[in-house]
Amino acid sequence: MDDVPVETPQSQGTTRRGFYAAAINVLMAIVSAALGVPALLYLFAPAKGKKPDAWAEAGDVTRFAPNSPVEIVFQRHRIDGWRVIAEKGTAWVVKYDNSQVVAFGPNCTHLGCAYHWEAGQKDFFCPCHNSVFSIDGKVVSGPAPRPLDRFQTKVQGTKLLIGQLRKSTEPQA
Amino acid sequence: MKRRLAEFGDWLEHRTGLIGQVQHFLYEEIPDSSGWHQVLGSLALFLFMVQAFTGILLAFNYAPTPGDAYDSLRYILTELTAGSLIRGLHHWGASMIIVVVVLHMVQVFLWGAYKKPREGTWMIGVVLLLVTLAYGLTGYLLPWDNRAYWGTTVTTQIAAMSPGIGAYLTQLLGAADGVGVVTFARFYAVHVLILPPATILLVALHVYLVRKHGVAPAPGDELKPKKRFFPVQVFKDTVVIFLAFALLFAMAIAVHVPLEQVADPTDTAYIPRPEWYFLFLFQMLKLFNGPLEVVGAIVLPGLAVLALMLAPFLDRGKVVKVTRRFAAIGIVLLAVVGWSALTMAAVKSTPPQEAAVDYSYPTDWISLTPDQIATSTISDIPAFVRQGATIYQAKHCNACHAVNGAGGKLGPALNGLAKRQTRSWVEDHFVDPQKLSPGTIMPPYPMSSQDRDNLTSYLFSLPDR
Repeated sequence: MDDVPVETPQSQGTTRRGFYAAAINVLMAIVSAALGVPALLYLFAPAKGKKPDAWAEAGDVTRFAPNSPVEIVFQRHRIDGWRVIAEKGTAWVVKYDNSQVVAFGPNCTHLGCAYHWEAGQKDFFCPCHNSVFSIDGKVVSGPAPRPLDRFQTKVQGTKLLIGQLRKSTEPQA
Repeated sequence: MKRRLAEFGDWLEHRTGLIGQVQHFLYEEIPDSSGWHQVLGSLALFLFMVQAFTGILLAFNYAPTPGDAYDSLRYILTELTAGSLIRGLHHWGASMIIVVVVLHMVQVFLWGAYKKPREGTWMIGVVLLLVTLAYGLTGYLLPWDNRAYWGTTVTTQIAAMSPGIGAYLTQLLGAADGVGVVTFARFYAVHVLILPPATILLVALHVYLVRKHGVAPAPGDELKPKKRFFPVQVFKDTVVIFLAFALLFAMAIAVHVPLEQVADPTDTAYIPRPEWYFLFLFQMLKLFNGPLEVVGAIVLPGLAVLALMLAPFLDRGKVVKVTRRFAAIGIVLLAVVGWSALTMAAVKSTPPQEAAVDYSYPTDWISLTPDQIATSTISDIPAFVRQGATIYQAKHCNACHAVNGAGGKLGPALNGLAKRQTRSWVEDHFVDPQKLSPGTIMPPYPMSSQDRDNLTSYLFSLPDR
């Protein structure tokens, strides 16, 4: 505060104008922030969301024949916004020789077409662009970039339970 | 940097004339007497913008059909971050805008600012007041809870009384067979498709006329030099806008807006009450009975609106100082007294609200058994539920009765009790079961009236299953 400017009537007018303009801007900025920040949180923060029953029943594991994949349909609950939707899901279930059970997601990892099991060739075949997957889901040939996706599974007693679909990450060797 | 900005300003001005327009707007000349009493119009416009903003945000997560409307609002309130705050801003903003619009009107009335040549500005203002009330009326139905449903049932039946056009009006409101999906769709369409563009158009006309005729001068202004709108008056507007917004924000956080149970057209015990600013009309209706009812419902409010509309033509005297406008001051005081008396009478005659579940909070506890509730640590359980469940546990009601699937089978399961019995029946039944259900094996359960109240309220909150 060592060089106080000499106040002429004119400069007094401009500093007062400056004060008003600054005060208007500051107050409006506070109001905008008080509206804007909640709006952004409201639009971008994920919904707290109740988790539905994560596991859907998908049949009796003793019924699956070893090494012969079957397409199964199961009922699951999905939360869609404020709705709980009961919907059908499908999976290709394989029981291996060691009686380990795997459930593959029903879509080809190339462009999402539905593939199927070719019992004669003993592989999964996608008719869209001829991707071929082996019985353990690995890419044998064709444009598919990664192995088949797998559902989380667990066995309770003899009941097979199917959970979330996990994207396969393993890159094609 | 500053030079670049100035260059850009020139470029923009040359092509659009925008900057010149803004300057023209800001540097408008206003009378010397202008000041704090003239901030209310700007405040009303600001609050309208807040309503539009929060309304659009709500619409982003709102499904406008009965049932889904309720579920989606519940989703906004219980699962979205800041959802409760945004609904609070919209709810209390609606109340605040009505207060401000009325105060704006009172100010203009007291100062006599509606006089020649500003009659049109005033009349558009009256229409804007009606539009503001229409927002309140239509928005009231949109949560689709019991309060919304029953309040709107009364509203549509009042509309049906309109002489001559009643039947057509209910047809137009989609309420010919009572409030239902059609009514809901119409109210929603009016609330978001008709009223907002109408408001924008009317406000534009209103502001255009204010600009055309200039802010109304007070006696003595003609001798003094004019001021400019910017910066001092804009500063005053901004300060008041800021304070009002701070109050609104505080209310949205601190004063909780409940959500009742979903609309239940079979709930014959529900006592509907309109929003506070319509209570005086509601009360006035009680002063007129039988064939005179239409006077209180339609004729008097209609005459009041007509009188407001014609005020500039009824009061044709010269503009005098506000402190000397005794008739205007008298009319305002009379209106204030009348409004307050009617509103207070209505509040007094409102029966105490029975304890009910507030669905604007998460209600995961609803599926718990009384034992679980009595010992639960969930913080959102209403006090009456916790106390009711504790009494239920202490009296061993579960020896004979089941709640949410747990308990004995000797007596009837208690879910959905509210649908089967009245409250007083249940309370009397605790005192003397034999009197109400002869031959029952249930013994009397003496308890304090407060315990009985809590237990009954808790049992009545159990969902039908």
